[in-house]
Amino acid sequence: MPAIEIPKEKWSGRVREITLGATAADGGTRAKTVTVGGETTLPFLHFEGEIPHPPAIAIEVQDRKPTGWSPVLLDAWGDATEDVAAWAKAAEEAGADVVLLQFGAHDDLTPEYARQTLRRVLGATGLPLIVFGPGQAELDNEILVAVAEEGKGENLVLGVCEDKNYRTIVAAALAHGHMVDARTAMDVNLAKQLNILISDMGLPLERIVMDPTTGALGYGIEYGYSVMERLRLAALQGDSMTQLPMLVTPGEEAWRTKEARAGEGVPEAWGDWAERAINWEVLTASTLIESGADIVVLRHPESLNRVREMINALMSKE
Amino acid sequence: MALSGLQIYKLLPASSKNPEVKKHANCKECGFPTCLAFAMKLAQKQAELSQCPYVEEESKTQLEASAAPPIRLVTLSADGRKLEVGNETVLFRHEKTFYHQPGLFVRVKDAQPDAAEVAKAVGEYSVEYVGMDLTLDGVAIEAAGGDFAATVAAVKAACPFPLILMTEDPATAEAGLKAAQGTRPLLYAATPDNWEAMAKLAAQYEVPLAVRVEGGDLTALAALAEQVKEAGVEDIVLDPGVRGYSRSLAVFTQLRRLALKKNERKVGYPLIAFAGDDPILAGQHIAKYAGFVVLDRFSPGTVYPLLVMRANIFTDPQKPIQVQPGIYEINNPGPGDPLMVTTNFSITYFAVANEVESSGMPGWLLVADAEGMSVLTAWAAGKFDAERIAKSVNSTGVAEKLSHHRLIIPGHVAVLMGELEEELPGWEINVGPREAVDLPNYLKMQWG
Ligand code: B12
Ligand code: SF4
Repeated sequence: MPAIEIPKEKWSGRVREITLGATAADGGTRAKTVTVGGETTLPFLHFEGEIPHPPAIAIEVQDRKPTGWSPVLLDAWGDATEDVAAWAKAAEEAGADVVLLQFGAHDDLTPEYARQTLRRVLGATGLPLIVFGPGQAELDNEILVAVAEEGKGENLVLGVCEDKNYRTIVAAALAHGHMVDARTAMDVNLAKQLNILISDMGLPLERIVMDPTTGALGYGIEYGYSVMERLRLAALQGDSMTQLPMLVTPGEEAWRTKEARAGEGVPEAWGDWAERAINWEVLTASTLIESGADIVVLRHPESLNRVREMINALMSKE
Repeated sequence: MALSGLQIYKLLPASSKNPEVKKHANCKECGFPTCLAFAMKLAQKQAELSQCPYVEEESKTQLEASAAPPIRLVTLSADGRKLEVGNETVLFRHEKTFYHQPGLFVRVKDAQPDAAEVAKAVGEYSVEYVGMDLTLDGVAIEAAGGDFAATVAAVKAACPFPLILMTEDPATAEAGLKAAQGTRPLLYAATPDNWEAMAKLAAQYEVPLAVRVEGGDLTALAALAEQVKEAGVEDIVLDPGVRGYSRSLAVFTQLRRLALKKNERKVGYPLIAFAGDDPILAGQHIAKYAGFVVLDRFSPGTVYPLLVMRANIFTDPQKPIQVQPGIYEINNPGPGDPLMVTTNFSITYFAVANEVESSGMPGWLLVADAEGMSVLTAWAAGKFDAERIAKSVNSTGVAEKLSHHRLIIPGHVAVLMGELEEELPGWEINVGPREAVDLPNYLKMQWG
């Protein structure tokens, strides 16, 4: 019988490589940088193309001890959640590649407070940083401009840029040498459009991370999954405005669900709370990694370990 | 893969080299004016091949083969419960949809004293998700030096789901098949060493047979599947003999592409995967092309997320799962009980309805027609605005059932409050919590 030939696709496109953070050599203070992207095939198909960098795992830390977080999550970090610098350090020790500093909307949130907080976090960890504002346009702009200035040289990722609000953040990134997170609502064309708008302002594509948004497992993940597959296929087929690494926030999404938050009064079939909650985050993240995520933002240290093992296994050719 | 009209035409009498056949060309007996017209209808599946009495045997075989699905549909059954896998048509779910969810099996060993207990737990496990009852699909029993036939019988008695019988020894296999009689299990596995005996058993007991080679050698796999098929087994399942993340992803992708894009019939069968006790790997197998996924451990806190993940990946991307708009009564509400509004996206509806129900508090849930979208999606798309909500309040006549005029809206659309007060004169609009989990508390505080 004739040998079966391994079917390979010939992709013409390639995802851009982008680097987060800057070491002293590049004017920053990070102990290391993290590069993602560069794929020339679908996730982990080593037989067909290059997967030069593993997806990176970011851990989200909040500037204030979060209210309303699941105890499964708070207990895992212990006292570290009391202080954002300690939390960032704990995230690094837990094995994160990147730290995502999330500012909440509270009365003390001023540009000066944001600068101080950034300085403390930069001092506590040598990892590259992503910094997200509280998600309210005016506040975001005010805070992120201050953060951009204070973090000059660090090559931060500033976010989130949305079609309603990106100009100020992009301008700040341009002025101080940072990158941005470009978020759209799970739609290929919207994602392309926002990338075009941002690059039209002069920010090179190498400094944009594409954030197609996702839903949690059980709460819309299938939409995120398919949009990411379509974006990655478009990139490989040569559409340059989709050739950007993708960032998603499975941690935030998964820990919003009842499955992760409720320990009592739930059906017995849901099983052990911590087991189920962590599986919820891990499976949300792993499913998105299979569909093309380059940076996943997680919350629980155990999820970090398990997603790391998965990534390591997928990066090996064996 | 389906043939085009012209490809079919080349197989009909008008194209035949045999004068005895060719002489019937365009005889119209099929009910069409020419062989070509008939070929076109066949391609559109608007005619049956049997309408032409003169098609040659060889052409018939080719035409029938081309009409078969590129990945064979394989069925297991037990106690009236059926599991169908295979017959997939796309590589990516957005291209159309994935049709047949992979069967999720839990493996026990025949030497394991609690095999029947595990089987019972597997069979009894059921969890509700957006109005669907999700369950596992069966038990895989591995011969490991115990009493195989007795374990099969015990598992069969304890669990109403289909079985996978795992042994490479034909005598053990036959004992297991006998014990499983009355059901249609999957026999696992034929290898290059035992395939003749195993194929004979599968044919005799009319069960599907898995074939396994080592190390992802696809040529060997195709050859083995062909041999088994020639020995009379049609329902085949493939195990390319790779384990772990990276190689499974590569080889399963290759097999799916071969079947769908290269029309490679020799590997056009469902795949079986072994995920050990790693739910992440099981998740990869669900999304990336397995027909059967075997887990080594049963634990609700792991199985529940996996079942949900499978349901999500196999949802038809063209139609969001929806519920009927209207008024839903929860816990027998009376006129003084709270009225809440939400959208008709199933996930949204059930998130809210389940919370109210489990709170024990009676309430009225008004489900607005938001074209099957979640609260914020519908809001952003203009399908869940003040006007629409007011319309559903008015058109359902819910006010007549109530002694109050208070409406609770989802916290995520608090911005609608002002407008709604204008649209619904005389109503008091209350902003509820953002997430449904917080509803029971909210209701207790505000209405308790
Ligand atoms: C899945 C999804 C989609 C899917 C649609 C899924 C569907 N059938 O609805 C798709 C990809 C199609 C989609 C499309 C769009 N989307 Co969309 N989508 C999402 C996503 C990821 C999840 C939504 C979801 O399913 N949540 C789960 C359900 C259960 O949540 P829910 O309905 O809100 O219900 C919860 C609560 O509201 C509460 N609740 C519900 N009812 C009630 C009632 C009461 C009384 C109370 C107290 C509580 C309560 O309980 C539930 C559980 O806690 C969100 C982002 C996110 N991660 O949340 C964006 C999101 C909702 N989408 C958004 C947008 C903008 C859009 C688009 C308009 C984009 C565009 N321009 O094309 C389109 C609109 C669709 C169209 N034009 O046809 C935005 C909305 C932004 C905003 N605040 O305005 C979001 C927030 C993303 C973002 N950050 O930009 N989307
Ligand atoms: S029956 Fe139809 S297809 Fe067959 S030979 Fe006659 S015309 Fe051609």
